[in-house]
Amino acid sequence: MITFILNNKTIKTPEHSGMTLLDFVRYEQRLTGTKIGCREGDCGACTVLVGSLNNHETIDYQSITSCISPLGNAHGKHIVTVEGANLQNKLTTVQEAMKANYATQCGFCTPGFVVSLTGFALSSSEKNQKNALDAISGNICRCTGYKAIEKATHQVVEKLENHNNLISFDWLINNEFIPQYFKTIPKRLKDLELKSSNQPEGKFVAGGTDLYVQQADHLIDKAVHLISIKDDLKGITIENNHCTIGANSTVSDLWNHRTLNTIFKNLKKHLKLVSSEQIRNMASLGGNIVNASPIGDMTIFFLALNSTISIINKDKKERSIPLKAFYQGYKTYDLKEGELLKTISFKRPMAHAYFNFEKVSKRTHLDIASVNSAIYMTIENNFISEAHVSIGGVAAIPKYLHNTSKFLTGKNLSSETIIEANNVLQNEISPISDVRGTNGYKRLLGRQLFFAHFIELFPEQFTLNDFAQHA
Amino acid sequence: MHKHKSNNALDSKLDAVSAALKQSIKNLDSYTHVRGESLYVDDVNVRQGTFHAVVFDSPKAHGKITHIDYSKAEALEGVERIFTYKDIPGKNEIGGIIPDEPLFAEHDVHFWGMPIALIVAKTEFIARKARHLIDIEIENLPVITTAKDAKSKGSFINAPRSFSLGDTEKEFDNCAYIFEGETFSNGQEHLYIETQGAYAEPLENGNIKITSSTQGPTAVQKTIANVLGIPMHKIEVDVTRLGGGFGGKEDQATPWAVMTALATYHLNQSVKLILNRHDDLRMTGKRHPYESTYKIGLSKDLKILAYDVEFLQNSGAAADLSPAIAERTLFHATNSYYIPNVKTTVLSCKTNLPPNTAFRGFGGPQGMFVIESAIAKAAHEIGVSPRQIQEVNLLDENDMFSYGQIAKKVEAKNTWNSAKSIFNINALELEINDFNKNNSSFKKGLALMPITFGISFTNTPMNHARALVHIYLDGSIGISTAAVEMGQGVNTKMMQIAAQVFSVSLNKIKIETTNTTRVANTSPSAASSTADLNGKATLMACNSLLERLKKVASEELNISEKHIELKDEYVYANHKKSKLSWTELISKTMLKRIALTENAHYATPEIHFDKTKEKGHPFAYHVYGTAIIITTIDCTRGTYEFDTVKIIHDYGKSMSEGIDLGQVEGALVQGIGWMTMEEIAYNDDGRLLSNALSTYKVPDIFSVPKNIEVIPVETQGHDLAILKSKAVGEPPLMYGIGAYFALQNAIKAFNPNHDLKFHAPMTPEKVLMSLYENSLK
Repeated sequence: MITFILNNKTIKTPEHSGMTLLDFVRYEQRLTGTKIGCREGDCGACTVLVGSLNNHETIDYQSITSCISPLGNAHGKHIVTVEGANLQNKLTTVQEAMKANYATQCGFCTPGFVVSLTGFALSSSEKNQKNALDAISGNICRCTGYKAIEKATHQVVEKLENHNNLISFDWLINNEFIPQYFKTIPKRLKDLELKSSNQPEGKFVAGGTDLYVQQADHLIDKAVHLISIKDDLKGITIENNHCTIGANSTVSDLWNHRTLNTIFKNLKKHLKLVSSEQIRNMASLGGNIVNASPIGDMTIFFLALNSTISIINKDKKERSIPLKAFYQGYKTYDLKEGELLKTISFKRPMAHAYFNFEKVSKRTHLDIASVNSAIYMTIENNFISEAHVSIGGVAAIPKYLHNTSKFLTGKNLSSETIIEANNVLQNEISPISDVRGTNGYKRLLGRQLFFAHFIELFPEQFTLNDFAQHA
Repeated sequence: MHKHKSNNALDSKLDAVSAALKQSIKNLDSYTHVRGESLYVDDVNVRQGTFHAVVFDSPKAHGKITHIDYSKAEALEGVERIFTYKDIPGKNEIGGIIPDEPLFAEHDVHFWGMPIALIVAKTEFIARKARHLIDIEIENLPVITTAKDAKSKGSFINAPRSFSLGDTEKEFDNCAYIFEGETFSNGQEHLYIETQGAYAEPLENGNIKITSSTQGPTAVQKTIANVLGIPMHKIEVDVTRLGGGFGGKEDQATPWAVMTALATYHLNQSVKLILNRHDDLRMTGKRHPYESTYKIGLSKDLKILAYDVEFLQNSGAAADLSPAIAERTLFHATNSYYIPNVKTTVLSCKTNLPPNTAFRGFGGPQGMFVIESAIAKAAHEIGVSPRQIQEVNLLDENDMFSYGQIAKKVEAKNTWNSAKSIFNINALELEINDFNKNNSSFKKGLALMPITFGISFTNTPMNHARALVHIYLDGSIGISTAAVEMGQGVNTKMMQIAAQVFSVSLNKIKIETTNTTRVANTSPSAASSTADLNGKATLMACNSLLERLKKVASEELNISEKHIELKDEYVYANHKKSKLSWTELISKTMLKRIALTENAHYATPEIHFDKTKEKGHPFAYHVYGTAIIITTIDCTRGTYEFDTVKIIHDYGKSMSEGIDLGQVEGALVQGIGWMTMEEIAYNDDGRLLSNALSTYKVPDIFSVPKNIEVIPVETQGHDLAILKSKAVGEPPLMYGIGAYFALQNAIKAFNPNHDLKFHAPMTPEKVLMSLYENSLK
């Protein structure tokens, strides 16, 4: 039985764990405020909150798109739909702000925005306008042009502004952000009788963010083997100058990790390009890697860190290989039946290390890249002692640029070196024309993003002019 | 919010806008919307035993069906029945303007996604599984995907249309400058967040009730009657609201409703069909792509003397609304400019794409893109700023449009000059020049975009509406009109009208669903005219009731009707509050056996158009405005942002400032989307490549302009506009066209040798390729 709390009600259901949470709340529970817009996590109309009890006996709420979330992942959680945020006979602070600022027109996307903003109020993130907009970055509205929604968001932030980080349920209840019953949730979640729902030999599913886009029809009437509940695949450890990240860690886990944010000072800026907040909350690193998309953002990120992955089989035997050796061809990789990705690890970037990630897509946010690229270098006295460059969208696999990396290594950092390295890069890629761009565009963009790495990392040393005149 | 420094005039105007917004009425649906309690088709409580349907569609863009086998699908547990053209008791025909479109393909398929059959099963999931089990073989026929290709093969929907004014051919001889060129504007997916859908329920005696997500309930009713071969009165169509329409549910909500009705007709059970997003994207038409060629002639002082343009409209595989859309392209081919010699021709080209259809602007934006392109080209070649050409050609009072209407109460120059002065265009341009001088890797560009948009259905007979107003015994009021609420706030406006006439509080008024049994034979909610037409009808009905009520009050109070008024739910006699309350007045009226129900019919006066001469007075009035758009491009990556859009808009006398501003902002962003990131792509086989939200991108919160300022131009409004509050749905979309030209100007700042192209949308790909085109050659 899958057991969880849905709004103010405890649910025990024998439904398939592979069913989507969206279908369960809309059609089994008739909570029709959660809307269906796309069924691929791209519009946010189906946004719900997932509350998980953490060690400190408080609850972490995160927004997710319920359309690509397996019901089984709700096990042991508090799921909040728009109905669960409603007060009796009056509007919540978030709802009032939406109304007062004309932030709703046809109303179809509106519950999603309300849930995302309510999630923002419940979250531990700093209460400023920037974070509030991030919270609704996965919600698409086709009517308003968003300006009214920005104003509503601003009104919500003003109410929350004096509070940093996690706000108590009492305050949120008194200020009409959430209904009373939230106070009972921590205890009720603790008291839930959670027999670990049996894990059948089904398809492995982690966050489901790509699997449910590609194969929902093959999953929803089945039980699936859920990885998200395996705690041993979670966690980020940094020891002996090595970072090891459990394959089940989400992009948000990286986003929120204090040390990673000091190691990669632009981490949030990079990850913001990866997807919306809802998807970052669900998408696992392991999923991004085994999905083997030639354009997978996190894969490109970790390729440039010259990462190693560790794989376990059914008998818990472990083997390690470099990530760059993992991919064999389009969507094929070195993973045998029953094997599971366990961790990804890389050497902690130390002094003189430089890292950058670039991505360009038709729409800057919440889109799949036309081309993405990452670079890692150690440079001392203008001498490149180590270099790793990766690029996506220009080959059948997410590409580690062996020759370009080798070319850069041992050279002095100069515009000539970079321009020559681009020539090497151009010979290593083989883009094809598709809906994300023509072959010619991807080549040009590959070059520009390669230049962009150096302009970003060494703004005192390089400007676009240094490269454009040669271009 | 960002305000321009030291511009007091602007600040005070912006303050006035904010103050008006605080006072203005909120969309009456806001309460249920934000609580997730508003009902859409898929939220309707279904009856026990309801079946769910999925459409089986053509996997090829053009061909003959040589073999089709449903047996495996029919055998699947849970499948009730599969319907094809053979099950149609009436006519297999759904074409609205021209009867050229079957509900289900018979022997030939004409576009990828063309419906062939309807699979009805216990659940949608089973129906979808069954769809994979249908075997079909199709013998391929040549596929046409572009208008140009269709033209070369002589494939058209109907005869070309042509408007002309003056003598274009002759006038070119008098021109100091002549330029010719080609333009392309791509289609646009509506992307209403609520996909197409309908729910049919059997009533007694073979009657069927349809709940449909349609802008045109009568079209649904009429088409179902035709396909089932039964009278219209057996079909009831009910619409609560739409989760977005934008024109995409004007004609193309119909087939899905017809299919559910057909299944219900046979099964005598309820049937629900909600398209999933992929099916919706694949099967439905979009804004029409246009390929156009123009020739523009100017005098030495930059007056446009002659303009000749041929529009190739990519209509898709059937007429749908294409002929009407083509017509509106001609009506707006000269946008806000007076050009004494004009020749415009449009060819509706038949291709193997899904039939393209209405989309906010209805062909107008496509026409305007071409004249703006011609002006940009001329300016570039002559070496002046486009705005110099725009400015000296703006429409003036009593100028004649190419279709013979004389322009009256023109605000083109007023909005243009106001935009320049209020927003201080000189300062903006100086700032941009400075920025561009000091930055090598980022460049800014600015463009002005004036708009002039005609209000009315260009097909004159469609300009009518009715309202049915009931006052109930307790004084509460119910109003039914033909207006369909889809977020534009039309119901709120209807409510405001009644509240104003009766002087009762808003909570006394309910706007009923749009239902063909209460208001019959209606025009669709479209052409920006819904509030005008239905509002005028509501106003008439309420005024009739008011007269009746005043008579009763005069009898009760023994005072002449002239001295009676209703105010704040009381009868006032000689401006003094009497004891007679609204509720009591209603009781008295009832006791006197006087009708508390009124039905009014409104038809727009003055308008006419003669298609044999292509001349007339098709529009009740025009809406005007001017936008200034500023963009910044990242010359390293080819990406861009819009810094600001500043608009002077002609609302007339807005009756609902908040709702109307929402229309301006929403339409603007949709227009920018069309011009920038929204890129429809079909391959040569006619398969849609931008077939999901992961490949078709509409603006998100980070891609909209950082700042949008909309200042109303102060005018007296127009008598044919409801309460002088002008139509606002479509016109502001065309401000978005300025985005293309702002980007083009920014590209020119980086690459002065830029070879201007007019090929929308201006995606980051096109920007990057343009920035570096010289080195790529």
